[in-house]
Amino acid sequence: MTVHRVQGSEVEYGISVSGQPHANPMVASTRIVQSYAHERGLSRRAHWDYQEETPLHDARGFTMGRETAHPSQLTDEDLGLANVILTNGARFYVDHAHPEYSSPEVTSPLDIVRWEKAGERIMAQAAIYASQAEPSAPILLYKNNIDNKGASYGSHENYLVARSVPFQTLVSGLMPFLVSRQILCGSGRVGRQQDGSVHAFQISQRADYIETEVGLETTLKRPIVNTRDEPHADPAVYRRLHLIIGDANMAQTAIFIKHATTSLMLALIESGRPYKPIVLGNAVRAVHDISHDPELRATVSLSDGRQLTALDLQWSHFEAVTEFLKDQEQDWQTQLAMSTWENLLTKLGQDPAQCFGEIDWITKLHLLNRYRDRDNLEWSDPTLHLVDLQYHDIRPDRGVFHRLATAGRIPTLVSDNDITSAMSEPPTDTRAYFRGRCLAKFSASISAASWDSVIMDLPGRTSLLRIPTIDPLRGTQDHVKALFDEHDTVDSFVAALTDQ
Amino acid sequence: MSEQQRKTQRKKDESEELIETEKIDSSHKDQLDDDVDAILDDIDAVLEENAEEFVRGFVQKGGE
Repeated sequence: MTVHRVQGSEVEYGISVSGQPHANPMVASTRIVQSYAHERGLSRRAHWDYQEETPLHDARGFTMGRETAHPSQLTDEDLGLANVILTNGARFYVDHAHPEYSSPEVTSPLDIVRWEKAGERIMAQAAIYASQAEPSAPILLYKNNIDNKGASYGSHENYLVARSVPFQTLVSGLMPFLVSRQILCGSGRVGRQQDGSVHAFQISQRADYIETEVGLETTLKRPIVNTRDEPHADPAVYRRLHLIIGDANMAQTAIFIKHATTSLMLALIESGRPYKPIVLGNAVRAVHDISHDPELRATVSLSDGRQLTALDLQWSHFEAVTEFLKDQEQDWQTQLAMSTWENLLTKLGQDPAQCFGEIDWITKLHLLNRYRDRDNLEWSDPTLHLVDLQYHDIRPDRGVFHRLATAGRIPTLVSDNDITSAMSEPPTDTRAYFRGRCLAKFSASISAASWDSVIMDLPGRTSLLRIPTIDPLRGTQDHVKALFDEHDTVDSFVAALTDQ
Repeated sequence: MSEQQRKTQRKKDESEELIETEKIDSSHKDQLDDDVDAILDDIDAVLEENAEEFVRGFVQKGGE
């Protein structure tokens, strides 16, 4: 068992135009994506290929009718909004009223940290380009999930899971883990209730927007586990678990532990090894109750009548995974995940402030408390709301998190150079390598692409050539690097590729 | 050393250890507070002007 697994993350960024609170966010988001594409010389912008998108397929085994779906669920309809595929294999586009970066497929939590952080830098660079093109309307971007007035936008995780695991087994196995993991990867929020009308601090940005345990929607009645059944891989073998409960994280440790612990839980569930199941009385209420108590004393009811804290729940999952790993050889990243998990839980139980810089909500809360002490502020004070918001500002010179990092207060797991190179380089061990290299080398001939395909428009051919990439673990550097190196024209590249 | 004595001795060691741990914890905490306080001025300098207006103006549409 290992922490390695095909996974990806999608982050929608909050957006505003400086000094223009009523600016159209779709226009601003389009400026972000198009400025980047223009400046990076993506000469012909490949379209997104929607053939394999099935947003209304439900993992519980039915399909929602298009006529009964909310318009925001029809994500396979190209609205003509900006949509770019990057040479690092990521998708950079406008989703509703936000710019979004969907990371390339990677195979480990540390690679998620690397390519998600690269996405932050791409967004920051895009905002600079857009502001240079239109200096009178500089754009500000925030890696957060709420406006504290009722609106929420997502940061989703995707994990490739064996289809042989019944969906219900997945849901019941994950539920108590997902409800409690916010103490590790919540981003912190000044305000409670969806509209922020109650003045208090809470652990998670997303908690108050979670309204149901399981469901297909992501924009209304948001569920703990999303049922969209769109595997972007062989549907007979895999499903893609799509989680929408998570907060957008700034701290590398938080991103790492969120993906690492979730991957480990999935491995445990996939193994079929029985472990003592925990059944919550009311999972949605548990999400809210845990989030609302930064003292970490809140207990949630189990169906057998026991009362456990979020820390108790996390320890019991940690122990179940430890027990499972006991007799197995572990790769170093799995060891890092387990030691980090144990270390964070231990510190949370003794003195949570020790997780400063590693866990976002603790970092933010500690900072806010220093402001409250120094300036004698109530939770309703606008300064505290501003610190909360600006913690997520992605500009290195203005973002509060970035100021803490510059001051040396934030531990990192991935080097600065590795993040910078990931802005243009794809991961080497998934199909993102093929997609990214195609875009880098033959961008003028790429008509469209998606997770499952690259579509080429070849000179002298009237029809387009669709190259399916249905297996996430094919099209890696090992498979196709030599082809890219040997062939300098798209014709000979395709000829060699289709000969294989 | 009798069993009772050993127990008492262990208890004493533990309580000393506890005090020692608390000392470390509180000095760690003070150190962290000092560190963060030292950064507050830097953060003050980058915070947007007019917090109330800025926060009020940050209105988003839902996403996903």
